[in-house]
Amino acid sequence: MEYILLRHRDIPDLHKLDVYVKHGGFEAFKKAVTSMKPEDVVEEVFKSGLRGRGGAGFPTGLKWRFIDKKNSPRYVVSNADESEPGTFKDREIMESNPFQFFEGVMICAFAVGSNTAYNYLRGEFWELGDFLDGKLAEMEKAGYLGDDLFGTDFSLRIHNHLGAGAYICGEETALLESLEGKLGQPRLRPPFPPSFGLYGKPTIVNNVETFTNVPPIITKGADWYRTIGTEKSPGTKVFSLCGNVEKPGNYELPLGTTFRELIFEHGGGIPDGRQVKAIMPAGASSAIIVADDEALDTPMDYESVPNVGSMLGSASIIVIDDSVSMDWLVRKTVHFFKHESCGKCTPCREGTYWMAHLIDRIEAGEAGPEKVDLLDQVAKNMEGKCLCALGEFAIQAVITGIERFPEDWKIEAPRPEVA
Amino acid sequence: MNGLLEKYGAEIETVLAKYPAEQKRSAVMPLLYIAQREKMYVSEKDMAEIGEILELDPTEVGSIVGYYTLYYDRPGGTSRVQVCTDLPCALRGADAFAAGLCERLGIQLGETTEDGKVTVEAVMCLAACDKAPMFQLQDGKGLKYYENQTVESAITLIEKLKK
Repeated sequence: MEYILLRHRDIPDLHKLDVYVKHGGFEAFKKAVTSMKPEDVVEEVFKSGLRGRGGAGFPTGLKWRFIDKKNSPRYVVSNADESEPGTFKDREIMESNPFQFFEGVMICAFAVGSNTAYNYLRGEFWELGDFLDGKLAEMEKAGYLGDDLFGTDFSLRIHNHLGAGAYICGEETALLESLEGKLGQPRLRPPFPPSFGLYGKPTIVNNVETFTNVPPIITKGADWYRTIGTEKSPGTKVFSLCGNVEKPGNYELPLGTTFRELIFEHGGGIPDGRQVKAIMPAGASSAIIVADDEALDTPMDYESVPNVGSMLGSASIIVIDDSVSMDWLVRKTVHFFKHESCGKCTPCREGTYWMAHLIDRIEAGEAGPEKVDLLDQVAKNMEGKCLCALGEFAIQAVITGIERFPEDWKIEAPRPEVA
Repeated sequence: MNGLLEKYGAEIETVLAKYPAEQKRSAVMPLLYIAQREKMYVSEKDMAEIGEILELDPTEVGSIVGYYTLYYDRPGGTSRVQVCTDLPCALRGADAFAAGLCERLGIQLGETTEDGKVTVEAVMCLAACDKAPMFQLQDGKGLKYYENQTVESAITLIEKLKK
């Protein structure tokens, strides 16, 4: 298969400006700016069926359509806060194919009439930030960014902005708060960023991988894009594969590829003669799937993964072998979310705190089966009550870890009824 | 006299230029990194000076320091070895790596070596799950990733830092 996103694996030195240009770089941006109307760009992306690659799978073109054209200035913000445990795709894209990513940002900016874009990188991507500052400077010097681009009246500048260690800033409204210099805490929505975003102005926030899909869509067209992937989930996806697997790494494959193909054909299977026990398809935020034949043969796309009780999310596939006990695993995920809960809403702040206390005692063997029920109850009490998705993410592994792997919880006595 | 402005005036101007003139507050995070550069923590004086530059109450600057994990409001090791022990890394031996490293240094996780130079701590996911065990090294100059590590390779690096 020809790479669409990880093209650097076919083309050496694609991170160099001259190499990128030689391989058709900025042709899509030039085509958009010099020969298309902004609304035609939005419609082409809409027709392509591209869905947001950050996790939610929201149709990108639809989001762009929502931009409030009556209000200005408008902003484009790329979400490079990649922090979901198990996800490391955006980093590879930005390190090795940075110009295609920026070109996607530029096309979006043209489409929604924005002259300023920010790339919000997690603070830990410090070296990458320096690297990308250099790339932006090169682009400006070469005339791809700046004033009156390609002889038109369209002007654009892109700035990198480093966060400082907060998972929640991957949530788009928390990211915008952080970019405004405030605590990275989610806003109550609606209004959504396309009408009320950065500094209260219309803003499009998309994931790095989403933007990187845009230049080939503009160059080759929506119809071409739709020949890849499935009808409702077109295109390729960069699957981050990790955990108990022989060859962890990023794999760009068409959406709809099965778990079995990714884990066993591409990933080389499970090391040390172990068996695959469970799969977390969306990083630590996943409902845990029992890795039976039905699950392994499920296509990885936005529609099919829910059929086996989870979601595709950002497609960070964590493979778990039969040496792992779910009480240990749940302790890891719960402590992650407790640490990353922003504290703004009570159910998440208190819920993650109490779940962490309970799971510590359970895993240490200091609590009876009634505490497992209590843990389950705390998790279910958070469901649907939190301000943003973090609260929902925090309970997925807890609820499914208990329900789908009861043998891992050292339950000896029958469970008492819990009111 | 604003010490930060005096010392880093040109750099601060470059940072401020990235954001709309009436949205100076956006520069608080980059300015905190500048303030932290030399001593690896942000003092109350730094917070007051940043507040003065950005027209913010020092308490508001302090809230940003407290909220984000990469800022420190008190002295620690001048280098921080931050090992990711989250689920994907733990599946590849990160907990044993962190414990082995601490044992060799004679400290507990979260502690600083006696010479005050190196703090070893466990941190949350660093987006390098396929290259565990790994850590990032944070010092005043920034952050750098070290991937596919062993206790030996980490000790070799730390010995260099302690010199």
